[in-house]
Amino acid sequence: MKSFQQPILCSVLIDPHFALNFNLRQWDLLIRQARSANLLARLGYLFESVGLLNQLPARALTHIMSAQVYADRFYIALQREISCIKEALNSLNAPLVLLKGSAYFMAGNIAANGRLFSDVDILVPEDKLSAVEEALIKAGWMTNTIDPYDQKYYRQWMHEIPPLRHLKRHTSIDVHHNILPKTNRFYPDSNKLFANSVKIPDHNIWILAPEDRVLHSAMHLFHEGEFTQGLRDLSDLDLLLKEFSIQESFWKKLLLRSTELQQQIPLFYALRYSHRILQTPVPESVLKASKQPINTILMDALFLRALLPDHNSCNDKWTGLARSLLFIRSHYLKMPIYLMVPHLLRKTYRRILGKELH
Amino acid sequence: MKLETLSKKTVFRALNSDGLRFTIGGFNVCLSSSVPAVAEHLLSLYGAFDVLDNTAFIDFYTALEPPSKLRRFFRPQVNFSFDGYFPFKPLPYKQASAMFEWGLNWCIASHSHQYLIIHASVVVRNRKAFIFPGVPGSGKSTLCAALVSRGWRLLSDEMTLLSVSDGCVYPLPRPISLKNRSIDVIQEFAPDAVMGSIVKNTAKGSIGHVRPPDNSVAQYNTPAQPAKLIFPKYDKDSNTVLTTLSKSRALLKVTENCFNYNILGVKGFNSLSNLIDVSDCYDFKYSNLEEAVALFTDLAH
Repeated sequence: MKSFQQPILCSVLIDPHFALNFNLRQWDLLIRQARSANLLARLGYLFESVGLLNQLPARALTHIMSAQVYADRFYIALQREISCIKEALNSLNAPLVLLKGSAYFMAGNIAANGRLFSDVDILVPEDKLSAVEEALIKAGWMTNTIDPYDQKYYRQWMHEIPPLRHLKRHTSIDVHHNILPKTNRFYPDSNKLFANSVKIPDHNIWILAPEDRVLHSAMHLFHEGEFTQGLRDLSDLDLLLKEFSIQESFWKKLLLRSTELQQQIPLFYALRYSHRILQTPVPESVLKASKQPINTILMDALFLRALLPDHNSCNDKWTGLARSLLFIRSHYLKMPIYLMVPHLLRKTYRRILGKELH
Repeated sequence: MKLETLSKKTVFRALNSDGLRFTIGGFNVCLSSSVPAVAEHLLSLYGAFDVLDNTAFIDFYTALEPPSKLRRFFRPQVNFSFDGYFPFKPLPYKQASAMFEWGLNWCIASHSHQYLIIHASVVVRNRKAFIFPGVPGSGKSTLCAALVSRGWRLLSDEMTLLSVSDGCVYPLPRPISLKNRSIDVIQEFAPDAVMGSIVKNTAKGSIGHVRPPDNSVAQYNTPAQPAKLIFPKYDKDSNTVLTTLSKSRALLKVTENCFNYNILGVKGFNSLSNLIDVSDCYDFKYSNLEEAVALFTDLAH
């Protein structure tokens, strides 16, 4: 089992005051780890929230401020993008539910601070999917994926249609009808998600209920195959949990909801690793109640490596292997073996031919 | 301590192990590379730059290494990385030194939004900064090398760093990059200029770098006030013609030459308006460098 050595970035995310005694080399390492984890701007908000921003050494502050300038610009673009999407879908009689980063942003969640991403994710009812796609195409989005196999793969097996890209603004949108692929064993009933969603005041926009936002973040991270932004996603969970836990009976609702949506396993991982890595204040009783029959020795060995920043200073000799195993695991979770093997073979073959970029 | 005080062996050893740490303008850079041409590039052009010890905060960790040992004998390549991230596709091994300069441009342009960064060379005379924005081929670097060879202070050849907070231009003295025919032109105009080895067959043709003057490098901490904004255009049959440009036209033209104007938003617009307010703006056509230098020296009085 891995002797868990905390990267400097995690210590600062837990308590920003920890950085006050840093020498310049430690600041240097903190900035590098934060940049590689896409957490540089968020680090700035964190220091700001505890009134430490003016105590940072000038060079470290410069990098953080530069990242925040970029983040500020990003929020303006995001705001505009969301209103364009809203306008494009206005005439349809369908609820528009924002997911992940855009949802945190519209809800004013702390997890929106310094969270930079490239696609807006939306959730619409499955029976409105073609109408939504048509309306978006009419408004200037078009599909990126020309390959007929990929088109079929998305439409037949996934929980989203192939990503659309706006012709002029070059922005991307992922249109979902569920939050897990159809081929996943734990495919939840999307009606339950819509039923609990929350309306943003003064906007014709909806977001998932707080518990569902946590569960969606958890299932996204712990079904995911790539962990380059793993710590950022874990930090989202940490911030969401901290923010929501002051609401009455939040923990109880969260546990209950995880059962309703069949997401007990991702919730178990989310609570376990945000508590282990970022010391999220999850009550002992909740940690206990969320327990699942899982080989934690193995999963700790994998996740406690893969969830650290993707930076040289955070890797040990097993990190690469841990990330590869989790990548294979994600495909195993996504689809049954009889679908996965031909799919991966095809992808590998096309990558060798240079037709696939990722 | 200056880089030129180190022995060749020390420089090679540092580049091959943890990296050589040195100051480039206001930035602290760490470079590691096993490519001998990169070491030669530093030794011939970066002699006047300050070397840092390993207690310093490093802004950009960079490396230039071949992507695979297997290709050592067949079309060898080199990769630029920024702290483990590879922003570009590999280039031919022989272009390693030019790739260092391009890679560092990318590091600065993508991570330094404390400045509005204009694609322009900037030189100083009598404490007045002359900014020459330019699309490639406008002759901004040639003009810059010519002025610098006649005693003007080099602030920057490739990127003008205009501070968003105080409106000053911050120095980024680095080797001046010349392309194709400009290399011969400057070698003839300033035979004393030190030029690194010429890198051939790059995407931009042949590239040669001119060593920045030692006293410009030494003043890397002293910003300058912008005074003139001049849009050069080299035209081989042209006389030396300087025409006043309206402030509104100048604003539009300079906007097209910024790296991060869209990211800075309102701050970027305010910085540019201020720049336009305090600068005289001109269009400039030329073919004769002597005449150009004489004209600008006059203008700087």
